[in-house]
Amino acid sequence: MTSHNRNLVLKGGWDKVVNEMAMELDVFVGNTTIMDEEVYQLWLDGYTVNDAVKVRMEGGVLEECEASADVLLSDTMDQYRTFQMCERLLHSPAKLANQLLFQIPPHRQAVLIERYYTFDDAFVREVLGKKLSKGTKKDLDDISAKTAVTLKSCRRQFDNFKRVFKVVEELKGPLVENIRQHFLLSDKLARDYAAIVFFANNRFETGKRKLQYITFQDFAFCAGQLINNWTVGAVDNMVEDMDVDLDKEFLQELKELKVLITDKDLLDQHKSLVCTALRGKTKAFNEMEANFKNLSRGLVNIAAKLTNTKDVRDFFIDLVEKFIEPCRSDRWTAADMRLYLTHYTNSAHILDTFKHQVVWDRYMGVVKSCIFKMYHD
Amino acid sequence: MPGKLKAKIVAGRHLPVMDRASDLTDAFVEVKFGNTTFKTDVCPKSLNPQWNSEWFKFEVDDEDLQDEPLQITVLDHDTYSANDAIGKVYIDIDPLLCSEAASVISGWFPIYDTIHGIRGEINVLVKVELFNDLNRFRQSSCGVKFFCTTSIPRCYRVAMVHGFVEELVVNEDPEYQWIDRIRTPRASNEARQRLISLMSGELQRKIGLKVLEMGGNAVVGYLQCFDLEGESGLVVRAIGTACTLDKLSSGSAPNTTTHVHPNTAPASNACNSPSKDGKESPLAHGCRSTHNSPVHSACSSQRLSQNFSVSVPTLIFTGMGSGGSAGKEAGPLKTLLRQQTQTALEQREFPFFTLTSFPLGFLVHVGGVVSARSVKLLDRIHNPDEPETRDAWWEEIRQEIKSHAKALGCHAVVGYSESTSICEEVCILSASGTASILNPRYMREGCLDIGNTDHRFEEPSPPSCGFCHIPYDELNMPFPAQLTYCHHCRRQKVPDVLFTTIDMPSEAAVSGKGCLIQARLCRLKKKAQGEVNATVISNLLPFMEYELHTQLMNKLKLRNMNALFGLQIQISVGENMLLGLASATGVYLTALPAPGGIQIAGKTPIDLSNEHHILTIQKRINDTIAKNRELYQINPPELTEEVVGSPIPEPRQRSRLFRSHSESSDELSELDLSHGKKDAFVLEIDDTDAVEDIHSLLTDAPPPSGFYSCNTEIMPGIYNWTSAVQMFTSVRVFRLSNVNLTNQGLNKIFTDLCENLLKSFYFKLRSMIPCCLCHLNFTVAVPEDELIQVAVTAVAMTFDKDQTQERTADKPVTKGCSETEEQLQFPLELFADSSSTNTQTSSKISGVPESTGVSPRAASVDYGSFADRCSTWLELLRLKAHTIRRGSVKTSRRTQSLAHSASSLDRCSPLPEGRSRSLRSNRSFGGGSVTVVKMTPLSFLPGTRIIKYLGIINMFFIRETTSLREEGGVSGFLHSFIAEVFAMVRAHVAALGGNAVVSYSMKECMLMENPHKNQAQCLINVSGDAVICVLETDQEPMSSTTSIGQTCTSGAT
Repeated sequence: MTSHNRNLVLKGGWDKVVNEMAMELDVFVGNTTIMDEEVYQLWLDGYTVNDAVKVRMEGGVLEECEASADVLLSDTMDQYRTFQMCERLLHSPAKLANQLLFQIPPHRQAVLIERYYTFDDAFVREVLGKKLSKGTKKDLDDISAKTAVTLKSCRRQFDNFKRVFKVVEELKGPLVENIRQHFLLSDKLARDYAAIVFFANNRFETGKRKLQYITFQDFAFCAGQLINNWTVGAVDNMVEDMDVDLDKEFLQELKELKVLITDKDLLDQHKSLVCTALRGKTKAFNEMEANFKNLSRGLVNIAAKLTNTKDVRDFFIDLVEKFIEPCRSDRWTAADMRLYLTHYTNSAHILDTFKHQVVWDRYMGVVKSCIFKMYHD
Repeated sequence: MPGKLKAKIVAGRHLPVMDRASDLTDAFVEVKFGNTTFKTDVCPKSLNPQWNSEWFKFEVDDEDLQDEPLQITVLDHDTYSANDAIGKVYIDIDPLLCSEAASVISGWFPIYDTIHGIRGEINVLVKVELFNDLNRFRQSSCGVKFFCTTSIPRCYRVAMVHGFVEELVVNEDPEYQWIDRIRTPRASNEARQRLISLMSGELQRKIGLKVLEMGGNAVVGYLQCFDLEGESGLVVRAIGTACTLDKLSSGSAPNTTTHVHPNTAPASNACNSPSKDGKESPLAHGCRSTHNSPVHSACSSQRLSQNFSVSVPTLIFTGMGSGGSAGKEAGPLKTLLRQQTQTALEQREFPFFTLTSFPLGFLVHVGGVVSARSVKLLDRIHNPDEPETRDAWWEEIRQEIKSHAKALGCHAVVGYSESTSICEEVCILSASGTASILNPRYMREGCLDIGNTDHRFEEPSPPSCGFCHIPYDELNMPFPAQLTYCHHCRRQKVPDVLFTTIDMPSEAAVSGKGCLIQARLCRLKKKAQGEVNATVISNLLPFMEYELHTQLMNKLKLRNMNALFGLQIQISVGENMLLGLASATGVYLTALPAPGGIQIAGKTPIDLSNEHHILTIQKRINDTIAKNRELYQINPPELTEEVVGSPIPEPRQRSRLFRSHSESSDELSELDLSHGKKDAFVLEIDDTDAVEDIHSLLTDAPPPSGFYSCNTEIMPGIYNWTSAVQMFTSVRVFRLSNVNLTNQGLNKIFTDLCENLLKSFYFKLRSMIPCCLCHLNFTVAVPEDELIQVAVTAVAMTFDKDQTQERTADKPVTKGCSETEEQLQFPLELFADSSSTNTQTSSKISGVPESTGVSPRAASVDYGSFADRCSTWLELLRLKAHTIRRGSVKTSRRTQSLAHSASSLDRCSPLPEGRSRSLRSNRSFGGGSVTVVKMTPLSFLPGTRIIKYLGIINMFFIRETTSLREEGGVSGFLHSFIAEVFAMVRAHVAALGGNAVVSYSMKECMLMENPHKNQAQCLINVSGDAVICVLETDQEPMSSTTSIGQTCTSGAT
């Protein structure tokens, strides 16, 4: 193509590019499969071939290589085809390593897989905690519109979630490890998927307006805490069950914590211990003292209700409503929060009549770190 | 019962789901050889079945072992209905029949179905026990080794080159049998695959027999092709070069391999690489200065027998020698040489060699390219057992080639190949090669010890130029040309331009880098039937040849180069057009005179504006030439005046030409199309066509910086290859939408198609810069009325840039073998023979009388009724030729210092002691569970050493779909098919214990589509040599393992 044509194209004559290629067939196959990471990303992001070409052109690749628009189009189409053919294998990544069709060096295989399973935070935030069902899938176009992630990409990400979920559901043993081994993902990504699976399985509510400020990474952190501390696998990883479900016995035991708010003496004693420890250490002391009972009731009630599936779902919204919001309106700093929760948790150990230290620690350990993570703007 | 074949089915994996209800498969396997079938148990409900079967044993004749493939069918068991086939694996067990190749076949094979493609994999073990001495069984030829490689395989030493072997077998094409109407496409495809597999087994066996008869033990440069003649049948034919090869012991082996090393580069192994050094020039010493000019010789004939056939004018591109008084001693020597060789060669019907690079000392002089084409009408093959018609056709063509070679004063043809193009009932048979003179030593019994012979040549003509010296008698040239003294040794004559089909000898002295040069041409023709059609085609062919040649010559000059290697001219026929594509690698040989420029001349000088226009064009051309000189770093050494040989006076040439002409029996055949007369080449602009031509000349874009390209094995001027390689195949089909196309419009489209392909490659492979695309092999076809198909297979190889620059800076004139020291050890020995020859003969001084004088076409066919027509087109050609070639001679000459000539001896020789390396490793594996298998169309992998040849890979696949859209259209369909073919080749190589395929080529890629019916079918035939190679720098097998993995990584980006 001449430079004249190229200018034309740059001005936006996209259809023209396509038409000029009256190419009936155009393929390029390397013995070692050639994949351009930039194009792969465009494909993953759900760009059409033409849009991808446009993006690549704007990226200046043409000038670098003295190529023309139709070269770029042809290259992009080849790569898209390759990715499509590989996609089947990416669905069960272990196959990629011992399939014979594509000769792909191992490190590149790892990149392909990792990128394929990488998701957009904006997207995952929308489906986190939702049932990974057909119904949700139907809503993907709304999500696409809202998040500006292309529908195609939304589908891939959703299907990835679902696929991982399905596979892991059946497996015994540690969740993260299962995901890592089965899908050959990096540790970080495997943890994120564990969070997604965990949230989907327990159907945690994450979509309410009040929860909007919480990022996926916050939730993933919380999920990690829950998985590591509140599931059956957390106490005994030899157990048959996996760590997708919360430890029922533990939830039952949580009811015992109610004594902290129902027993007036205990409540007062707890308050005075905490206040003694806090006095003079924070500007928000007055608010803390004034709100102590409310806040304590909030946290303990959350614990006590967790036997109900419905209340499990509302765990995060409850944390926000019952604890984080009051504190925020009192303008606690993050440091205040740390100070308060540390003393609040530790003081309970000094209470003579409070017998449920172990359950308390197991509960508060998680709640504390979740709140720390969630306490921001 | 000379053999027992044993097979064991171990396991399957990734099987497709055959039972929708359970999402599982109940798979079992049938193992079939000949008429015997075994079955495994059913492995219920598994996509990864473990059969672990017993050993299935087949007791068979070794003849069958050679012909038949082992056929493995994976099926899904169904209690109530017929079992469904999942797919098949055909395993060619030939490699197991040769003790030096593989001993076991073991590995995962893709399960292939012609409708669904690859469906899972199966793990199989195969062994063969041969009971008897194979040689007693004359029907079989077990033990004869086959190599696709067109040079002496590394790790072998050639003891003797026996010569040309050919064979063809014919059969009915199952696709056209009546039964095809009632069977499924799958059954039909499988019948076809199986038949072709059988036929190629049979063909190989028959060729093997011929080799044994000749006393050889191997076929090198084995080239097998299929002609799908449709209704009239299926032809499988093969040619090759029979040799006796000695396996180098591991101790000596290393030197064979030397070559691969970046530094030693191209030259190294005696055979492989482009460097064919064989031309050891000592014999050549008769130097005659010459100018080359390509000659066209045309002849056509019509056979009146039942087969209509037209043999078409053929071209001889050569350097011609004319004139000078110079090469006196040369004459006698040459004569003697010729006599000697003749005895050796005359016993052979066809002194042809499919090799393109040669052991040191083999190739003495090169005459030029000879080619012949013939147009035939196909008719049904009535008796498959007597394929005489086809044999006769080829015989005819070969005779013609032989006579062309003779006309060039040559007794042999090297770099020989044959091809066909079929459209409906018309078939164009083509053959081409390079006429040359060979050293007889290789063809005599017991001659061979290159290594040991010592030879001291008193005044050796340097190997770096010897092959350029004209082989023909300058006093009696078959065509006019201008000769000069060799710019290298100044003792013998050389032509001004040299065209060859072989790889550049490694020791050739070149300046700068080479580059791919292509001439492309489309010619419309009317649709016609039968004889009329054939006649039309045969009338067009000479014009096409002529124009292709002109284009090549122009482009060569434009790049400031003077020689072409690896020339391939392909002419494809379609219903309404002919396509011509000539590809070659241009270089500047310092032995030949500097190319003159190109001069533009207007026909009508009166027109001022025109004049201005011409000036502009002339300026552009001059600029381009200057730019190219820089681009390709062409920087020939200065020459001193004295050297220049006097050009032969024109008149004399002329008269000579005409004389020989009249002497020959046919009047018309001498046609002088040579361009070589003057150094400045004149292009006359007399009409718009010419303007177009010039424009198209200038539109070939040079490769972007960092890229080089060539169609030979290695790029002259690049030595320091790294081990990163990326082999690829690319196919494009262009649909002509415009009904009213003109020749020019078509040419433009075709040229753009080829140019854009190259541009695409450069773009895709940009991460490999600095990089050279080697062995770019373009194949064109006209699959349907309005379609043009171009398929390319090539390998991209990276090299170390810094070194290159250094080297070029230091010595402008580079040679194939840059390392003098090491190489010198052997090269000298080569001359021994020749020196003795020399002394004996030198007493005779006279020029060589003899055979040269014979007109090129003397031997060829009868002309009969065709004479009239011929004369017409010959007239035309002649007219055209005259207009094109008019101009004054401006020769610029330079002398070249002889400094480097010594070093140019090559290193290729088989017995280097220089660097011996112990090689122990056998296999190297890349990371992951799948062996990395590298593929390359070259005969070697840079940076590695081939330690074992495991056998030939020759596979034929058919793929069909009835859901074209769903598979991503025709591109998606072909893309996955090509990927599948690669995968199957790799799997077979890995199962043989190999880690690479060298000399890989895709010989056929025939695509038929019917988008309206949502259908497509494609046939692909690939071949190559399976090998084990280890990293050259490593002694340790381990390290080679890793590096292979890495390499491939780097190639991948």
